[in-house]
Amino acid sequence: MSPLLEVTDLKKYFATGTSKLLHRPTGQVKAVDGVSLSVEAGQTLGIVGESGCGKSTLARILTRLIDVDSGSIVLNGVDITKLRGAGLQKVRRDIQIIFQDPYNSLNPRHSAGQIIATPMQIQKTVSKKDEVLRVKELLELVGLNPEHYNRFPHEFSGGQRQRIGIARSLALQPKIIVADEPVSALDVSIQAQILNLLEDLQRDLGIAFVFIAHDLSVVRHIADKVAVMYLGKIVEMGSSKVIYANATHPYTKALMSAVPVAKTGTDRKTRILLTGDVPSPIDPPSGCRFRTRCWKAQDICEKLEPDLMDRGDGCVSACHFPEIKA
Amino acid sequence: MNKKVKLLDEGASKTDSPVTGLSPGRLALDRFRRDKVAVWSLYVVCFFVFIAIFAPVLTTLFNISPYTLDRRALNDYGNPLGRFGGVSWNHPLGVEPGTGRDILGRLMYGARVSLLIGFIGTIVTTSVGLTLGMLAGLRKGFVDSLITRLADVTLAFPSLLLIIALNRPLTQRLESIGVPEGNFARMTYIILVLTVFGWVYMARLIRAQVLSLREREFIEAAQSFGASNGHLIFKQLLPNLWAQVIVFATLSLPGYVAVEASLSFLGIGLMAPAASWGIMLGDSVRYYRVDPTYLLIPGVTLMILVMAFNLMGDGLRDAVDPKSDKQQL
Ligand SMILES: Nc1ncnc2c1ncn2[C@@H]1O[C@H](COP(=O)(O)OP(=O)(O)OP(=O)(O)O)[C@@H](O)[C@H]1O
Ligand code: SF4
Ligand SMILES: [Mg+2]
Repeated sequence: MSPLLEVTDLKKYFATGTSKLLHRPTGQVKAVDGVSLSVEAGQTLGIVGESGCGKSTLARILTRLIDVDSGSIVLNGVDITKLRGAGLQKVRRDIQIIFQDPYNSLNPRHSAGQIIATPMQIQKTVSKKDEVLRVKELLELVGLNPEHYNRFPHEFSGGQRQRIGIARSLALQPKIIVADEPVSALDVSIQAQILNLLEDLQRDLGIAFVFIAHDLSVVRHIADKVAVMYLGKIVEMGSSKVIYANATHPYTKALMSAVPVAKTGTDRKTRILLTGDVPSPIDPPSGCRFRTRCWKAQDICEKLEPDLMDRGDGCVSACHFPEIKA
Repeated sequence: MNKKVKLLDEGASKTDSPVTGLSPGRLALDRFRRDKVAVWSLYVVCFFVFIAIFAPVLTTLFNISPYTLDRRALNDYGNPLGRFGGVSWNHPLGVEPGTGRDILGRLMYGARVSLLIGFIGTIVTTSVGLTLGMLAGLRKGFVDSLITRLADVTLAFPSLLLIIALNRPLTQRLESIGVPEGNFARMTYIILVLTVFGWVYMARLIRAQVLSLREREFIEAAQSFGASNGHLIFKQLLPNLWAQVIVFATLSLPGYVAVEASLSFLGIGLMAPAASWGIMLGDSVRYYRVDPTYLLIPGVTLMILVMAFNLMGDGLRDAVDPKSDKQQL
């Protein structure tokens, strides 16, 4: 069976530092640089990476909010990369997005009910009569009081707002939802509630998720598959069970060691601290992009860019010296 | 549904009255109604509008024509007979020194001019400013630079000098292209210059606001459902601009009423025997020693109207801003 969403070799370069004189860009940010991945129906793909590695850009590409420079997006067997007009309009029902910032992603002048009803109004999926009913159903589904229909975003807490955003993304009954750091802006205690809600929704409604986060601990429970991104590229990807048990890429290992895990005595890993900043994506390091912070870097890392290679257990890793356990 | 979700919506009991979706306009109206000061200001404004519209009827009814000269109300020096500028049953607010024209009648007719210029000026400047500001903010690049430069140039002009200098030639030009001669052409000129110099502030305000709003994620959210540009502009952006528009309009309206008064005072705009508050103020300054009431009447009236508009504007702004709602729903 072919996957629900399959993307191949996505590239998005942003022009930066436009020179006033020549009206020509002086540099390029390679925000997403050759990303390929796939998501099965009803499953969750976690995407993890530090700030600025291109996660949000990828999310916007997947939801067709920005056009990609090259590569292809295939949803449900249909190539939607270049789709426009009525065709795109129809596809939008199937793929929805949840944003990171619950304060910015809800129109402050619209009531909760109106916010959730908007997708249905634009797509004309329900009649005016059923609209209020459906909105209340959705409010209830995400654990909000349907009586709060007429309340405005500022009358809700951050977690409640994120629930409104989730209800809105569910309004069109999508097949897949891209959640761009849906819990990063929330309190730790509320993060768990929202994660549970998303898990419950996935179980009950069978929606696939692309779940973006900046650390591995958040996606640990929810993801069936994880992809680790560094400077616009995927450096390691595979089933989360295998990756969490046995990371081979130094960057994944470093991220992993930052994950607090309750383990006893001898099994405790030594904590790897990443030194230095993420290099500028305008001028990424030659060869392996991680080499400036990698403690295993050799000469070859500078000269040759490692490809994503099958590690032998169904996962892929982009490193010249992967640590594959026997 | 599962247990956790159920647990969280315990507050939602099924017995409550059915919730109906209220439109934001309806919710704003409810908020406005709760604001006593704003509601009273609205009444005052309505009162003025009523007077302005029905001035000809009212003055005929009470026999206080603004144009009839009444020599009997004046003494030999041309000053009003009786106390407070000649207040009497025939002339409830006294008479004009020198001519004996009824002040209440002139005040009523003056309200027509002031409010007409105020309303038309405000509507035109606000819509021009809103349109150009949104255009500049939404279409970056060439359109934006063009509008921004135009605004800068407009602001750089010494507007008052220009208004005075262009008064004669432009009014004549207006008359020659078919605008009815006399006071009508003069009023058209005032509204014209108000617009030419007034749109800039509105446009800048809106442009800045649009530039920041367009980066907000709720715009992207709407795009992800396939919202049209029309939806983005009218449903997503405009509701966030109404507060600014209303504040601007309610502040500029009394401003334009005052500008009309000052221009008439400077001899631009309407001319006697036509009545406008500016003409009355300009005229009354000459008599303030012998007849201070005459100065006070148009002055206080202007002040009441300006205040009523400002208070009403505050109320409207609060009404369209859901955040101002202090009452628990
Ligand atoms: N519209 C744009 N124009 C120019 N550069 C952009 C644009 N959007 C993103 N970038 C750049 O692309 C890179 C990736 O940005 P992106 O927002 O995708 O990162 P991210 O992984 O989501 O980070 P964060 O965790 O902080 O949200 C950054 O260097 C950013 O500066
Ligand atoms: S390729 Fe070299 S630099 Fe890159 S992660 Fe592997 S060891 Fe480190
Ligand atoms: Mg991001």
